[in-house]
Amino acid sequence: MNNEKHLEISHVSIEFPTPKGPFKALDSVDLDISRGEFVSLIGHSGCGKSTVLNIIAGLYQATAGGIILDSREVDEPGPDRAVVFQNHSLLPWLTAFENVELAVKQVFKGKKSRSEMRDWIVHNLKLVHMEHAMHKRPNEISGGMKQRVGIARALAMEPKVLLMDEPFGALDALTRAHMQDSLIEIQARLNNTVIMITHDVDEAVLLSDRIVMMTNGPAATIGEILQVDLPRPRDRIKMANDPRYNYYRSEVLKFLYERQKQPSEKEMPADTDNGASQPGDTADSAKGKEKEAAA
Amino acid sequence: MNTRAIRLPGSSLMTGSIFRLKTVNWSELPRTLFNKLGIPVISILLFLLLWNVIASHIQTSLGKVPGPVQVWDQAVALYQEHEAAKAREARFYARQEKRNAEVLARNPNARVKIYPYTGSPTFFDQIETSIITVMTGFLIASIIAIPIGILCGLSNTIYTALNPIIQTFKPVSPLAWLPIITLIVSAVYVSNDPMFSKSYIVSALTVTLCCMWPTIINTTVGVSSIDKDLVNVSRVLRLSWFTNVYKIVLPSSVPMMFAGLRVSLGIGWMVLIAAEMLAQNPGLGKFVWDEFQNGSSNSLARIMVAVIAIGLIGYVLDRLMLLLQRAVSWDKSAVIR
Repeated sequence: MNNEKHLEISHVSIEFPTPKGPFKALDSVDLDISRGEFVSLIGHSGCGKSTVLNIIAGLYQATAGGIILDSREVDEPGPDRAVVFQNHSLLPWLTAFENVELAVKQVFKGKKSRSEMRDWIVHNLKLVHMEHAMHKRPNEISGGMKQRVGIARALAMEPKVLLMDEPFGALDALTRAHMQDSLIEIQARLNNTVIMITHDVDEAVLLSDRIVMMTNGPAATIGEILQVDLPRPRDRIKMANDPRYNYYRSEVLKFLYERQKQPSEKEMPADTDNGASQPGDTADSAKGKEKEAAA
Repeated sequence: MNTRAIRLPGSSLMTGSIFRLKTVNWSELPRTLFNKLGIPVISILLFLLLWNVIASHIQTSLGKVPGPVQVWDQAVALYQEHEAAKAREARFYARQEKRNAEVLARNPNARVKIYPYTGSPTFFDQIETSIITVMTGFLIASIIAIPIGILCGLSNTIYTALNPIIQTFKPVSPLAWLPIITLIVSAVYVSNDPMFSKSYIVSALTVTLCCMWPTIINTTVGVSSIDKDLVNVSRVLRLSWFTNVYKIVLPSSVPMMFAGLRVSLGIGWMVLIAAEMLAQNPGLGKFVWDEFQNGSSNSLARIMVAVIAIGLIGYVLDRLMLLLQRAVSWDKSAVIR
């Protein structure tokens, strides 16, 4: 069986230095993910979901524990763990094609010929139904389209694991549903290993094989894991009346709103979610430079 | 049919908006014209009037302070002097050609030489010298400042190391730099047949030293404030240092960089006039100085012509930088002013 461990997250803890002393964001997160599995991470804001994802991506270094991908330790970012960021993060000065091209050139340099690369870029843009707007810049296309290009860029790297950080969080509900359907379709064809962060219970149940529910921070960890045994391909309309779907849905809701009630505002720890609040001093020093320029 | 695409009152020519014929609402045209042209014209006329009134009340050792009319007369005079000098130069070369032709006719093996014209530079020659000098200084400054800015923006260590030095030298006046540069250039640039005059090099280097700081600081800020997601994209892709700079850092810091370059060029142009006065580089600064020393009844008016010329050229240089910024900027929709 090739079901040996594909991605191992073992005893991962992370502490961020703050002026008040180290802040423990994650405490001993343990999770094994097998090839082709779709796993969702769900939890309240500030519970460190994004931190987990960033550690897998190699953008953060775990203070304790580690990540093993196909028997190799993850200690730096790399294209084998492509990330789809919440805010598309396309380079605004490049067209959709060029954005994907940047990734493809980097990953397949010397492995594919010029025309093979071209075909591969177009193939991936077709996969996300963006071939008609290939030569448009990000500011000329809608939010959903940008996110599609972001996904195409990630897929084009042929990653071992696809990491998605609230990929549809910034989209309106209709576009989001549409994107979820696209993702189901792509997943059915490519059978990637996917780890997705979400706030959306329906999204988690609809897409996942397993839903990993995280406790509230600080020192967040995995609370419960829910195996979603719904047949694929899943159809959102049929699912709406499926009692199993509703059972899974209510299980997640119970976890989030009964067992892990959102702590009151006062007790909320510093927001370590989203990866936006960079730990440490780099963000501060950039601000300092800005101030000086303004002076 | 809605064709109202004309800006609200209060927006001026400065916004650089292009007057789009397709969307002109003809009934609005008179008002638009008034806003775009009428208001500036009226303000300039009021200024000239005020100038005229105040100037006629101030008595100096060179007579009354000249008003707009005298200044205009001197501008015309300077232009005529320029034309006359050009004509003299043309005649000078024509005479040489003729003489050489005669010599060659008598003796085909004779060696002939064209002697260069040595008349004093006219006002317009001096403008040309000034522009060439400031551009030299500004180019050297940009070539030094942009890489330093990028390094400072990318590495906090380099920034922390260089920042005190940058902040110390930034406020130093060109007049303080000039003696040092003069001495160093005199000591280092020794040649029997120099390609450039020393005054030119001294003036250009003074411009360089004074105008590189805003570019360094702005480039640093531009580079260090790149969207963190884009930095992460670069890390996930494992872009090489050079690709990262070329594909991600440079394009995203272009707006800030150009803001710095524009400030730099402005400072450079200001500094140049002072540097030329002291270094005796035959540009606008020397023109002002010579007129001041000359002290004729026309001197004040001629200096005022130079002041206006300096101002207008500075304005044009800034507009040119703006056009360049638009040309290289990826975000064509951004309002750049």
